[in-house]
This record gives sequence, structure tokens and C-alpha cells, in this order.
Amino acid sequence: MITPRRLVTLVALMAFAACAKKQPPAAAPAPAPAPRVNQDSIDAANRARAAATAAAEAERQRVAAAAAAETQRLAAAVAAARAKLAAAVYFDYDMDEIRADQLATLDAKVAIINANADVRIRIAGHTDDRGSDEYNLALGQRRSASIRRYLAARGVAESRFEVVSFGEQRPAQQGEDEEVRAKNRRAEFEVTAGGQNLKAP
Amino acid sequence: MNQAVPKAQQARQTSRAVARRGLVSPMRWLLCIAFLVCGLTPARTRAQDSAAAGVRIGLTYDRTGKPGVAITPVTGSNADSVRAILVRDFDFSDRISVIALERGDAPSGALNYPVFAKLGAVAVVQAVVTPAGALHVAVHEVAQKQVILVLNMALPAPAYSPEWRAVVHAASDSIEWAVLGQRGTAGTRIAYVRGNQIWTVDADGGSARPVPGTAGALSPAWHPTGTKLAFNLLPDDGRSRIVVRDLMGGGVSRTIRVSDLNMSPTFSPDGSQVVFAAGSDGTDLYTASTAGTDPPTRLTSRRGSTNTSPTFSPDGRRIAFTSGLIGHAEVYIMDADGSSADILTSTGFGDQLYRSNPDWSPDGKRVAFQSKINGVFQVMTISIRDKSTQQLTSDGENEDPSWAPDGRHIVFVSTRTGSRELWVLDTESSRARQLTHGGRVQNPAWSPLLSMSNQP
Repeated sequence: MITPRRLVTLVALMAFAACAKKQPPAAAPAPAPAPRVNQDSIDAANRARAAATAAAEAERQRVAAAAAAETQRLAAAVAAARAKLAAAVYFDYDMDEIRADQLATLDAKVAIINANADVRIRIAGHTDDRGSDEYNLALGQRRSASIRRYLAARGVAESRFEVVSFGEQRPAQQGEDEEVRAKNRRAEFEVTAGGQNLKAP
Repeated sequence: MNQAVPKAQQARQTSRAVARRGLVSPMRWLLCIAFLVCGLTPARTRAQDSAAAGVRIGLTYDRTGKPGVAITPVTGSNADSVRAILVRDFDFSDRISVIALERGDAPSGALNYPVFAKLGAVAVVQAVVTPAGALHVAVHEVAQKQVILVLNMALPAPAYSPEWRAVVHAASDSIEWAVLGQRGTAGTRIAYVRGNQIWTVDADGGSARPVPGTAGALSPAWHPTGTKLAFNLLPDDGRSRIVVRDLMGGGVSRTIRVSDLNMSPTFSPDGSQVVFAAGSDGTDLYTASTAGTDPPTRLTSRRGSTNTSPTFSPDGRRIAFTSGLIGHAEVYIMDADGSSADILTSTGFGDQLYRSNPDWSPDGKRVAFQSKINGVFQVMTISIRDKSTQQLTSDGENEDPSWAPDGRHIVFVSTRTGSRELWVLDTESSRARQLTHGGRVQNPAWSPLLSMSNQP
């Protein structure tokens, strides 16, 4: 990283070097020495002015790059926050209790929700294809309610959430093996309000 | 006004006795007249109670017997199709042995009754499609050598349309009624869900078509008149609600949303109430009027557990439903006001803890449900009186049973062909037939008896 102070030093050194290089004009036909002294100081001044302009331009570019980097960093942070908010939570068969290995996924959401007072979230419970269609609709609802209960216990007002169920009607993946079914036993999170100006915590 | 219509009222009462679960129709008027001309008492013709009642041909309806009925060749336009539908309807009824004759008398001629008696026929059906486009049917009683039923029904154009087929099915059902004293179910329909929309299909598998205005619908339930459906609407935003929709062009008569989840509606037998499950964390059963704005009344109070899939006893006094009260799904019965709830499926079913989706039989004696056996669901029935059970299926996975109004057939979802299709099972003979093709069906609901005027 080039700090402003270093840059000034660098420019000054460059200016000095330039002056030093031009110093020995060996066998010149010297008709008028007086104007040459003047010319030298004019050149030096011009060079100093050019160096200052370059420095200013470099500074401008540096600030712009830093701003772009900051914007990018923020965008990445917001995208990460969005991804954390949307991350699905998975359940065991016929269960609505939150699995221990899913707690981190939920805890990551809490800070984000707290940093964004306008955010509202729809929690949608889903099930795998085993079981009765109607009982699964109720099971999906218990799953979304179970998550709301957990987040409320972490200090997020229940009114921030809408809890719905799609039962087994909308599988994330098609198929009948356990790997697919495990992916389908889930709760999904959708930001329904306040998502436009999401702030990373 | 009342003085002006005593005859009409009388006739209406007669028709009501005929069509306990249907509406008065012009066809029924014709039927009544035909029977009165023949000197029959209308009291004999009660559709649902016929197992105990006296019967037209001197037979008592025997669930295991299959009296022979001969069908002579049909003449007129599309006659072969009319005959094929009649033959198939009788075959699918599982109550009649069809004696299909390749050659026979013209419908108006005299029948050689002794020949039909030798063939084992108790009745002979003669049908003709008249040049005017009417289906004319005469049903002969072989033993008494007389005509016992005459039908004259207009066949709406175009041929093979759902309306056209409905008329032929209605003829089948009237013939069955005349022969057995029990109205057939050929004119009934089965509602089901395919592709997040409600469809209906004729009981013979024909005329499958979507019901307009039901996108996003699940769990259809028939109103006892057959003119309305209640269903669970589950739109993309997940805000589920109960919708009561008229099938005769009357639109939506009620929308109910009492909680985050509102699901699995059913009508009371008198049609006045819709009972459904609703809740945000666990579900309870609620009741509300079918048309109106009264706030729903909660029937169960088991916070946190699931209570769903209600079904009424035919007398309207009790409700069977699925409950997760003891940690897993079992079938329970309670009084219609929500009191006196008790487990029904308490008998030993092995270690597979999952019984659900009850449907009370039209005779009130049994409840069909699904039970997890060796990891997959099978359709079973349980007796209300002594809790004895019967397993009806074993091929593939079989779910979501719904009784036909005849009390002997059940429609359910089966994976026996590899895809999820509707199948119809005759609980007497164990004969099963595939009803739908194309897969991915769910939530079948068999309609009540439908008259010609309430064909959706």
C-alpha cells in the first residue's frame, strides 16, 4: 500500500533525481549563460508542477479504487448476509425439533435480522414425500413455527416472521432416496419486506 | 302461494326420497311417473337404504350376489358406444353379471322371456337412440314377463361429450335401481388433485377434466348436494385458506382463513357446515357455516399437536379425524361439538406408528384409513362397533381412501404401476381397477350421487 506521506516523499525524490540528471551539460556552446539559469528554474518548476498533477491524479485514482473496493466489500457482505438469511434449515423425519447441527445456521440469521429493523421474513416449512399429504402440511407448519419460536427466544420479535407450510407439495429435489428426502425436509426463508437496503451487521 | 302447490310439494317429497343425496331433476320426474304408471310405490325406491328395503324384481340386494342382466344390441347413432358404456357401467358396479347379446329383438318388439330365463337373466335391457337424439330404454323383468322401467332421455350434442356421457351413466344407474333396488354410481364423479389443480373424472374413468378456478387447490371435498366443492387453497405465498366454490357457475361462496395454516375441509352431511383444520403451531379442528360470515368455532383444543383430515359419520353426530396427540398420527373419533374424543385405531398394528386420512363409510359402520405397514401405507377399514380391522391393499403403496356413495367401492391413490394413480377397489370382491392415467394424483374424493341437474 502506498500511503499519502510515502507518495509525497517519492515524488520529491523523483523530482530531485530528474534535476540531478540534467545537471552536467559538458561542452555546450554557451552564448548566453544568464537565460540558461532562468530556463533551468523554469524547467524545475514545470517538472514540479507535473509531478504534483500526477500525484493528485494518483491520489484521485487511489480514492476511487478504495471507494470501489469498499463498495465491493459492502456488497459482498450484504450478499453474504442475504445468503445467511436465506439458508435453509433441515429436519429429521417426522420431526419439528431443530437439529443441533442446524443451530449455527439459525444463529447467523439473528444478528442480520436485528441489524435490519424493516426486514420481514416468511418461513416456509416443507416435508419429504413420506406420510399423508395432509398430515405433512401440518408437519411443515410445525417446522416453520418451531423455527419462529427459536428465533424469538434469541430476541427477535415474532411479528417479524410469517410462518407457512407447503407440506410435501414443493420438493427441493425430485427422487425417493434418503439423500433427496433429507434435502426436502426443510424450512426455507424468504425476505418479504425491507430487503432492498439490507445492511450487513 | 302455499295453497297453489300442494301437488308439487308432494312430488318433491317423493323425489327427495328417491334422491336422498341428489337434486330433483326432470329425469327423476320421468322416472317417478314411469314407476307410478307401473303401479309401484315410491317408498321402495329409496336410494341409500335399499340393502334393507324391498326390491323391484323380487330380489333382495345381496352384496355378494350378481344377478344376470341381458343387454340386447342398441340401434341408432353412436349405438355401439352407448351399449359399451352401459355394459361397462354394469361391469364396474360389481353388482350385475352382464349377459351381452350379439343379436336380439328390436326394443319395441315382444321378448322371448323363457330364452332369457335360460340365459340366467333376471332382467333384459333394450335401448335405442332415436332419430331425434333421445336415448330410449326399456327394462324387462323376465320372471313376470313385463316392462318395469321406461326411460326417455335427451342425449345432448356432441356425442361423447361429458354431458352426453353423463346421460348414458344416468340411464345405467336408473336401470340398476330398477333391477337391484339400489341406485348405481356410474353417474358419480371423483374429484382429485393433479398439478396443483382440482380435476374430476367419471366413475368409469372418462371425462377427466380440470375444475375452473381451482389453481393451487388441495384436498377437495364434495358438498352433499354435489353442487359445491370445498378445498384448501395454497397459493405461492403460502397463505392457505379454505374456499367453498359453487360448481354450477355460482363462484366462491365462502373463503375462510383463521390462522396461518387452513386445510383439509369436509362438509357436514346436511351441508350446512364446513369443518376444517387450522393453526399456526399445530392445528385444531374448526367449524363454520358453508355460506355466511360467522366466525369459525374451534372444536378441538390440543395446542401444539396436529389435528386434521376430519370426516363426518353419516348421521352428522360424530367426526373422525387424524391426531398427533400422543406423538404420532392415529385416528380419533369425537362428538360433532368437539367433546368425548377417543382414539379409534388403538388395536395392534405392529411397530409402524402412523394411521391417518379417515373416511367414514356411507353406512356408518366402518372407517377407511391408511396405516403404515412394513414402511409403506396400506388402505384398511376399522369397524366402529368392535374395532375389528381389515387390510384392503398390499400391492405398492396405497393411500387416501374415499368411499363411493354405494358403500362398497373405495377410491385411493396407489403406486402399484410405478406412478401415483387413482384406483377403485370393490371391498366385496377385492376387484381393483385403474381409474386415472398420467400419474402424480393425490387427494381423491368420491362425489355423492349426482342427479342430472347437478352434474358439474
